[in-house]
Amino acid sequence: MSAIQHAERSPLRIFLKTIVARAYPRVVAANRHKSWLFLDMALPMVGALAMVLVYQGLHAPRQYLGFVVMGGAMLAFWQNVLWTMGAQFSWDRGNGTLELMAVSPTSFEAVLLGMAGGAMIMTTVRAAFIILIGSLVFNVTYTAGGLLPAIGVFLLTLGALYGMGMLLASLFLFYSREAWHLGDALQEPVNFLSGLYFPVKALGIPAGTETLLVAAQVPIFALLAGVALRYLESRARKDGKLVTRWE
Amino acid sequence: MKVFFHALSPTLESLSAVSGSHPSSNSSRLAVETRRLTRVYKTRRETTTALHDVDLEVEQGELFGVLGPNGAGKTTLIKILVTLLLPTSGEAFVDSLDVVRDYKRLRNRIAMVSGGEQAGYGVLKVREQLWMFSQFYGMDSKAARRRIDELLDRLGLAEAGNKEITSLSSGMRQKMNLVRGLMTDPRVLFLDEPTVALDVGAARDVRSEVQRWMAEDPTRTVILTTHYMQEADELCDRVAIVNRGRIVAEGAPRTLKASVDEDVIVDLQLDPGTPLLDRLRAIEGVGAASVREEDGVDRFSLLLADDAVLPRVMTTVEGAGRRVSGLVRRQPTLEDAFVKLVGRSMTEEEAG
Repeated sequence: MSAIQHAERSPLRIFLKTIVARAYPRVVAANRHKSWLFLDMALPMVGALAMVLVYQGLHAPRQYLGFVVMGGAMLAFWQNVLWTMGAQFSWDRGNGTLELMAVSPTSFEAVLLGMAGGAMIMTTVRAAFIILIGSLVFNVTYTAGGLLPAIGVFLLTLGALYGMGMLLASLFLFYSREAWHLGDALQEPVNFLSGLYFPVKALGIPAGTETLLVAAQVPIFALLAGVALRYLESRARKDGKLVTRWE
Repeated sequence: MKVFFHALSPTLESLSAVSGSHPSSNSSRLAVETRRLTRVYKTRRETTTALHDVDLEVEQGELFGVLGPNGAGKTTLIKILVTLLLPTSGEAFVDSLDVVRDYKRLRNRIAMVSGGEQAGYGVLKVREQLWMFSQFYGMDSKAARRRIDELLDRLGLAEAGNKEITSLSSGMRQKMNLVRGLMTDPRVLFLDEPTVALDVGAARDVRSEVQRWMAEDPTRTVILTTHYMQEADELCDRVAIVNRGRIVAEGAPRTLKASVDEDVIVDLQLDPGTPLLDRLRAIEGVGAASVREEDGVDRFSLLLADDAVLPRVMTTVEGAGRRVSGLVRRQPTLEDAFVKLVGRSMTEEEAG
């Protein structure tokens, strides 16, 4: 047996390796079971289908169908942020994973970034499928104009969403059941703003202002997530229960 | 051997003398050192002192056992030593690093494996899961994979390495957890009830691997908590018996068992009947008595001052109308040492 030369590895190395390692289960392993095709794609499509039927019943312009498909795709990200980012630390705590992370030299920031990165990649694949299939099924067409700004806004939205997810991960851990209620409470406002129910431009907010609002959320959520993680670590060591598995 | 014994009673002082305790003079060779370590849990309803002025010294290369009933403070001690919990007062050092101030550096040098661990992600295969944890320590991926394969092979899990972890039996799962603990080559490995709920074969494999791992490098240290006295007896160089947050005895298993060497130890099996424990304890010459119900019979363990006490015991049993279905005189165990020190069995202590 070869003995490993014991050396303290640099925090940056550990940080980066943790991001990749924690993203791995979501990017690679999560696609191993094809149940995601049903859970993450077919089910969101059902919601979108309902709205499409409503719009068709009202004889709405065809472009509205595109909004519904895009809104359905974005909702996949929201579901992902809420249930597999926000709730993840609680699940990790329950089975003892969080405890092992806490004992290791890695940081919760790296774990969350890995989780977020993996989730973004995983959900982008799912969202792309939703857009593709939704567009085919509902015969939606898109124009190439404004594609780059759209991608920019999309990336900013992801930054804000997953920043919120990192914050929610700590909040869910702190407040347990109450936090689940918060998640439920956020569901309808997010549906409202997602473009699922109606074109968001109907709110009358200029596109530039909307973009600025989204962009501002990125650093705010990142900062709040960092503060929450500091508090999480400090409180966990004081009370000895927050990150340790349930017994 | 360096033993710092925190005396609590005349009985314990005499035991300390047997084990030849004296304060440490060379802290650089210590893997673990605690000084008046205390942890108090406060809730709205009550305040509980889980650890009370615990002084402990474990040398590098020792396999050190922390024994005691559930709720004795073992897990609290381990949580402090692995940096999961802050002490209320006192100090603790692991591999010469302060668990409060130097916890980030210390986490590079330790690992923890607990019994019944279900950590990880069900979608991962065994090798993937272990690789993921190795990255949390910044290990080189190739070196980690090589090390994982070596350890899996040694524990008979080479084929299971490509199985998803949800398909593992509890024994295989615990061996995988042990691989996780060993793969980073920690300076100090903490094993918290590592064989709990395992079948005999899996428990034996886990114990063997721990011994083999230690034998490879004389500076490796293991801190083992268990309430299986036989396991501690088999594995540990030294043990500390913890009860109600205090260390009540410390020394080599052989030394602790020697404290009951002069007693006559008798296991008495009785058919169910009227309660007898207090009456047995009241007999002159009965040093300690405990009972557990097993397979529909009461199994009493008695520490007698000498053989002459046994007839008085039998008279009491007959007087109570209890029928004797078995009587065995046996060698002392660590459990007997615990009973003598504390006055009650571990089971009774757990019951409160």
